[in-house]
Amino acid sequence: MANSAWLSVQLAREFIRPTAQYFINNIFDDFVEMHGDRLFADDAAILGGIGFFNGIPVTVIGQEKGLDVNEKVKRNFGSAHPEGYRKSLRLMRQAEKFKRPVICIVDTQGAYGGVGAEERGIGEAIARNLLEMSRLRVPVLSIIIGEGGSGGALALAVSDRIAMLENSVYSILPPEGFANILWRDPSKAPEAAQFMRMTAREVCDMGIVDDVIPEPKEGAKNDDGGMMAMEVKKYIAQQLPKLMETPIDKLLKKRYKKIRAFGNEYIQE
Amino acid sequence: MGIFDRNKHSQKRRVYTSNQQIDIPIKNALVNVHTYQQRQDTAGAIPDKMFEKCPGCARAVFGEDLTDNLHVCTYCGHHFRMPARERIEITADPGSFEEFGETLVGGNPLEYPGYEEKLDGLREKTGLTEAIVTGECTIGGNPCVLAVMDGYFMMGSMGAAVGEKFTRAAERAVEKKLPLVTFTVSGGARMQEGLVSLMQMAKTSAVLTKMDEAGLLYLVVLTDATTGGVTASFAMLGDITLAEPDAIVGFAGKRVVEQTVKQALPEHFQKSEFVYQKGFIDRIVQRKELKDILTSILKLHAGGDA
Repeated sequence: MANSAWLSVQLAREFIRPTAQYFINNIFDDFVEMHGDRLFADDAAILGGIGFFNGIPVTVIGQEKGLDVNEKVKRNFGSAHPEGYRKSLRLMRQAEKFKRPVICIVDTQGAYGGVGAEERGIGEAIARNLLEMSRLRVPVLSIIIGEGGSGGALALAVSDRIAMLENSVYSILPPEGFANILWRDPSKAPEAAQFMRMTAREVCDMGIVDDVIPEPKEGAKNDDGGMMAMEVKKYIAQQLPKLMETPIDKLLKKRYKKIRAFGNEYIQE
Repeated sequence: MGIFDRNKHSQKRRVYTSNQQIDIPIKNALVNVHTYQQRQDTAGAIPDKMFEKCPGCARAVFGEDLTDNLHVCTYCGHHFRMPARERIEITADPGSFEEFGETLVGGNPLEYPGYEEKLDGLREKTGLTEAIVTGECTIGGNPCVLAVMDGYFMMGSMGAAVGEKFTRAAERAVEKKLPLVTFTVSGGARMQEGLVSLMQMAKTSAVLTKMDEAGLLYLVVLTDATTGGVTASFAMLGDITLAEPDAIVGFAGKRVVEQTVKQALPEHFQKSEFVYQKGFIDRIVQRKELKDILTSILKLHAGGDA
């Protein structure tokens, strides 16, 4: 009997789950994709560019898992190398220069754990993004659309406002890894999913994300004619003007205060 | 995980002596002459044993020699892992270390069964309240804030308490206009606290922007082993990054990488020399030279005669 958390994990990983490009195509006008980190390579696991949101120029950065098998391989199943995070930081800094808000679309099991990733400093790349995003002088809005896995997801999720789709998940690592490390049994992933408080509702209740965007009963599908994208568009339309109206120094103070308070409710002295 | 588990070397290990080669079974990486009962009593505690087996050359090193030699093997120069207290002892000027945040602890956000009991047990064994010790001290006469992680406490993993203590150490540095020196050793974000641990990566990285604003030095010394969420946050954000020789420094665990790529890994993969060669470390420093280097760097950031 599948528990509801494990069901969410499965829905979040569905083959027909909408990926970043579905949202980008359906939400933004005149989107122009940009490539490369100017240091080493272009990483297809992260897709970034500029487009209009209801007439407002914005920078959009998303982890892209790909649609069919070939594309999934090309995009490394949405698991980015350091150059992916460095590309995203480059685009964020560009957004800062042109005073464009940044919209991040999170969907990854985690950063890639390979030789090249280690050689080129995947830890440093993630760390740098965490630091720089905390002080980026434009509004940052993040939306977790599928899997929010580990530091690789967090590196696009340090933001002023963050939402999760109802069946997306957000966790310290995928439930298989959790079950393997703590219980030495990856087959206990369903139990781990339930235990980890990784569903959108639970993460929202913990105060780590701000909002949950409802999905259709059977979960979001990429062949829904853009219905799910319209829900997300509605959400961005509600939140973005509020963030853009706030003076940037005030916004940064608020952002920092939120980051500074993570976990404070558990601190005892 | 499991990299701090001293009992993992249960297999036979080949030992070379001057004129013959013998195989001896090793149950515990630390070979000692204590009785079984004594070993039970001190299991997990800081080794004060008469002999310790060197993981580098497999020789038994006389405990007192090891202590006198800053826990560096007297035969092969292997740098043993060091508990936080001993690290502070060899780094801070004698009597100068004043700890803060020693009563700060975290909670159990996932209500993980047995977690609190495990922490209590470790507190008793290590004499620490958490996996990082923070305080103010002088190093070679230079005042600074010092944050030292401890690999014997939950593998130096970062939960809410470690994140908060590091953050406060940086805030203390800003408040007192002092440099922050951090020794890292960590298995990464602490699994038992789930997403709360992951968020500490954001928190400990963000607080370093305050060091930037204040123009203060943040210096990291990477020690064996620094991995996971700590590598992907404050360990990799130093203005200056030093490392001890032969220390594991990486993001994904070596076994994870092996499973991912299904190929032989480069020699010295994820060792500090490898990470240095790739350009992420300023200097590899022998432990016996570390205090002098720290002193020089701190002095260079103290304003000079201007």
